[in-house]
Formats: sequence, C-alpha cells, structure tokens
Amino acid sequence: MNNQENAIIVKNLSKSFRLPHEKISGVKQGVIKLFSGERGFEEQKVLKNISFEIKKGEFFGIVGRNGSGKSTLLKILAGIYAPDSGDIAVLGSLTPFIELGVGFNPELSGRENVFLNGALLGFSRKEMTNMYNEIVEFAELEKFMDQKLKNYSSGMQVRLAFSIAIQAKSDILLIDEVLAVGDSAFQQKCFDYFQTLKKGGRTVVLVSHDRNSLERFCDRGVLIDNGEITSFGSIKQVLREYSEVVLGQISNSPQEEVKQGPSISKNYVEIKKTQVLNHDKVPQRKFNYGEKIFVEVSLKARKDIHNPIAGITVWEKHTQRALLATNTLIEENKSLSSLKKGDEITISLELPNNFNDGEFIIEPAIANESATVFYDQVPNANSFIISGSNNPHSLLSSENKLKIEIIR
Amino acid sequence: MNLSNIFSRKNRILLSELVITDFKLRYQGSVLGYLWSLLKPLLLFTILYLVFVKYLRFGADIAHFEIYLLLGVVLWNYFVESTNQGLHAIVNRSDMIRKINFPKYIIVLSTSISALINLLINLVVVILFAVLSGVEFRSSALLLPINIVELYIISLSFAFLLSALMVKFRDINYIWEVIMQALFYLTPIIYPISMVINTSELAAKILLLNPVAMVIQDARYNLISEQTVTTSNFITNPLIVAIPYILIVLLILIASSYFKNNSKHFAENI
Repeated sequence: MNNQENAIIVKNLSKSFRLPHEKISGVKQGVIKLFSGERGFEEQKVLKNISFEIKKGEFFGIVGRNGSGKSTLLKILAGIYAPDSGDIAVLGSLTPFIELGVGFNPELSGRENVFLNGALLGFSRKEMTNMYNEIVEFAELEKFMDQKLKNYSSGMQVRLAFSIAIQAKSDILLIDEVLAVGDSAFQQKCFDYFQTLKKGGRTVVLVSHDRNSLERFCDRGVLIDNGEITSFGSIKQVLREYSEVVLGQISNSPQEEVKQGPSISKNYVEIKKTQVLNHDKVPQRKFNYGEKIFVEVSLKARKDIHNPIAGITVWEKHTQRALLATNTLIEENKSLSSLKKGDEITISLELPNNFNDGEFIIEPAIANESATVFYDQVPNANSFIISGSNNPHSLLSSENKLKIEIIR
Repeated sequence: MNLSNIFSRKNRILLSELVITDFKLRYQGSVLGYLWSLLKPLLLFTILYLVFVKYLRFGADIAHFEIYLLLGVVLWNYFVESTNQGLHAIVNRSDMIRKINFPKYIIVLSTSISALINLLINLVVVILFAVLSGVEFRSSALLLPINIVELYIISLSFAFLLSALMVKFRDINYIWEVIMQALFYLTPIIYPISMVINTSELAAKILLLNPVAMVIQDARYNLISEQTVTTSNFITNPLIVAIPYILIVLLILIASSYFKNNSKHFAENI
C-alpha cells in the first residue's frame, strides 16, 4: 500500500470503556468499593481490532447502528480519545466537527465567540479579523454580532458556528451528524459546502444515519457493527450491508414476539390467526425482494353472519403509511358466503410483492356486507421483512420503467 | 509537555484566546468591572489596617506592618485563587475537551496566567501604598519578581495536580477547601512570625519550611523590611533551608507526571 495515497491509516485499533456500575465520584465511595472488593465497573469493548485506510481526497462514510462504536472511532481519529492498542496515522492537518460551535460561551458576544471558536480551529486573531466579515455575512447575522450569544436563537448559533467551521483549511475533516441539525435551508448550505469540499479534493470522513447524503457524497465507507468492521468498500455496498444489519436485527427477534394487537369486537367474528407464508406455504418472516408472499387469515364465527367481507391493509412500519388496502368486495366484487355460528374458515391471499426493503405490518379486518360495521380488526397482526431490493428511496418499486424524454 | 510544544503557533493562539476569555468573563455583569481588580486590595487594606494595626496592635515590632500585612494577604489570596481556579479548570471546560483535541495543559495554564495578571494588578496597589507609607525600597526589591515566579510555579503545580484529580474525585474540591483553611492559619500571614517564635522556636522553624510561607516571607523581606524573619535568615543549617525547595521540586515532578498520565483520558472520564 502506497502511503502517499492515504490520508488516514488505522491498524489493529482496539478500544474499551470501563462502565462503572455506579460512578465513583467521591473518595468515600471509592474507599468503600475498595474495601468491599467489589469490581465497580464492567469492561465494554467498543472497538475490536479495526484496520482500514482512507485515501486522500475521498469522502469516506462511517455507518453503523446506534452504539456500534462509530462515534468512538471518530473521536479516536480526532485524537479526543486515546486508543487502548493499535496505530493511527493521520497524514495531514485534521479538524474534527463532532459538534458545531465548540467552546461557545453564552456570556460572550457573537463577535468574541467567533474569535474563541476560531482559536480552537487554529486561527490567530489576525487571520480571524481577515475572515470576520465573510463569516458574519455568510451567517447573515450582521446586526447581532455585539449581542451576547445567550440572546441568540439556536438557529442563529448554528448558523454562526457553521460559518466559522467552513473556514477550516485542514486537509482532513471529520464530520459527525452535523447534518442532523438545522432546517432544510441550512442542510442545503451543508450540501453545497460538501460539494465545494469534494471539488477541492479535501478528505472528508462523515458519520451519518442519513443514507441519502451518504450515498450522494461518499465514495467509500465502512460498516461498523458491534465494534467490528463488517463491510468495507464502495458506499453502495456498505449501505446495502447496513440495511441487512438493521433488518437482521429485527428478524432475529423470534416471531412469537410479534404480538397480536387488540381487536375491535369479537362478538360476531373473531380473527384467530394471521400467518405470513412463502410459496411453499411455510411460515416465514424475511423475504427477498420479489419473492412470493401469501397471507392466511383464520376466522371463527361467533354468530350467524350474512355475507361478511374480509379486508387487509399493509403498512410500512416506520412511515406508518398504508401501501396496500384491499378487500374481497373490491377485488372480486363479492362477499364471503354466509357463515354459521362456530364455522372456522381460512382466507388465503397472495400479496403482489413490489415492496422495497423494509418491515411491513399486516392488518386484517372483517366487516359486514356493506363495510359499515367492523366485526374484527387486528392492527398489528403480523409483519414481514423485505431485503435485497437495492432501492432505498421509495417504499414500493415500480415495474413500469419511467420513460424520460428531454424536450428543449 | 515539552517547551517547544507549549509555544507552537496553534497552542499560543489558543492560550492567549483562553486568557482573554477568562478576563472578559471575570467581572461579567458587574457595574465597576475591571475596577474591582484595584478596589479589592484597596478595601482589603482598609480592613486589615483597622483590625490588625489600629485595634489588635499586631506587629508593633515591624516597621510598616500594614504594608507587610497587605503584601502577605495579596500573595496568599493569589495562591488560593489560582489553585481554586486550577482545580475547576479541566472540569469547567469539559464540553470543549469532549469535542475537540488540544493539549489540555493549555486550559490550566490559561487560568494560572489570568490569576497571575490579577496578582500583578494587586501588586501595583501594594507598591503604591508602600510608597505612600514611606517604605524605603532597597535594591533587594528587584528580587521580588523571583518570589513571584516561585509562587507562580507552586500554584501552577498544585493547579495541574488538583485539576487532574478533580476529574476522578469530585471530593477533592471540599478537601482542598479544608486544607487551604488549615494552611492559612499555619502560614504567618496575618500574624507576625515573631509571635510563634516567642512560644516555640521549633514550631516557627517548621512553619517556615512551608514553601508558600518561605516565598511570602522572602517577598516581605525584599520589598518592605530587612527585619522580616525569613527561612534562610532564621534557620542556619543550609540542608534544612533546602527543604522547601526540595518540596517544590517534588511537587512539580508529581503534578506534571500525574497530569501527563491522566490527561489523555480526560475526555472519557470527565
């Protein structure tokens, strides 16, 4: 590996934290703990033997679930935490943005804070004086600079901090979830800034949950799960693995845990069971994109029912959007045949599987002939997971290709 | 903590910016602002003069006892202020330490410098009063800066040690308060050391082995009166006279190594 090409080299990096059961912040507690022989902490391995390189001039994404160790990794790269073992080589100057506006003091004026924050980024008074007008103009805070920072709105503080941050001239920038703050206009400014960084050939390490911005800007990335690198390479591949991890976490929970939600009324008909089956009619939870999905709903009639209709709604879990809602009346313009008290029937339906990656919830319902009275409805009867669709941007995939024509 | 690093461009910028911030925040919101730096020793002098010189009639054997007293109190207050600010220095900047990497000693250094600047302002007042009450300065007055440097080094070493201890043991805050109270009475600041000598010469000798007491007495000797009892003119054995200096060197070594070993974990432990 040619070192000339690399900006950051991480070799066999490990880090663990001692998590105190109860923080010993006093001598008395410390003495008690010492004499009782109690081990007041447990060791948590946050990063386990991690190695990777970041090339000069690339946008590098660090992806992982909450608590996977990605922020710890970023803090070690920034030199804030010391690693337990392993080597890190940073070739070039580095500025971390774990948070915007580090060192901001509410009692000082906006102007004084600009200089203080600038000093933390390594700018002298003279350099800051030269950049001052540009910073204030960009933040659009000309009128407020002599007011104390405590009188600023949080949006104004972020704007000011960001305007200073973009002045950083370092070769390498570490950015942690900076995009998560601010309104959409601010985010647009962030994106524009990234665009200029990219053009300028700067090296950027980005930690984010936002798949869109990661995919848009990053070239390569690394997926950290449980303190280990589980994927390294092109950002597309890493993000694909990431959704596997996130979905895997859900599907690892046994199916029994999906509890049937409360139903509306069981006096007439009761929905006893809702199953999700594969094409062999075997219960399954995790499906590939496009795989056949069958849903079986078992009912039991408590009374004689005249021509009920059965319906099903499929919700996307996170957005809580209904992607599919249909019933026997709409589909076939007919009701189920009448049920006698005590009858048990099972309705089987095949779902059109054009779902993209995600978790989907099934809500079956049974109603009277005109769909004015719901006999039973189970909001969270069962769920299934789709993976492997390669399209994270929409909930449903479209079989029909978009026809694009450019008219001049 | 090597010297070339302390004075690297980036660290110098940060240090001066932190000192400026400290100073701006010191009298934040007070009407008289920086004037307090001058007013405080002035008012202190008035109280000391009335209580100890006029009422209790301490130090009748020492010429210009009121100035002698004021200098001692000003130096002691500096010692208290700089160690107390040092104690809280790291913990108070925890937000910064957790978000950005920079040499942590700069924080401690910045608080010690702003306390030192305050001391220098106070000393201007002391010298002014000395002139007004007719103290005749001798050439030894030129040695005063050496005493100030000694006291600065002692305070800074304590600040390093205490600030690092504070990260792990918050109790140190209260412990230090008690120690300072005890040390205040064990140091000949408001009472003349002659009072101790009259009861027990040995006790007086032991008190003078305290480095802070040594520095205060030396400063009084150099600036105000040749009659001042100092460690070196009261204790004849040069080996024993060396004890305060050995204590200072030990303090520097312990404080700097403890701070150095712990500073890289401040961000995690704070």
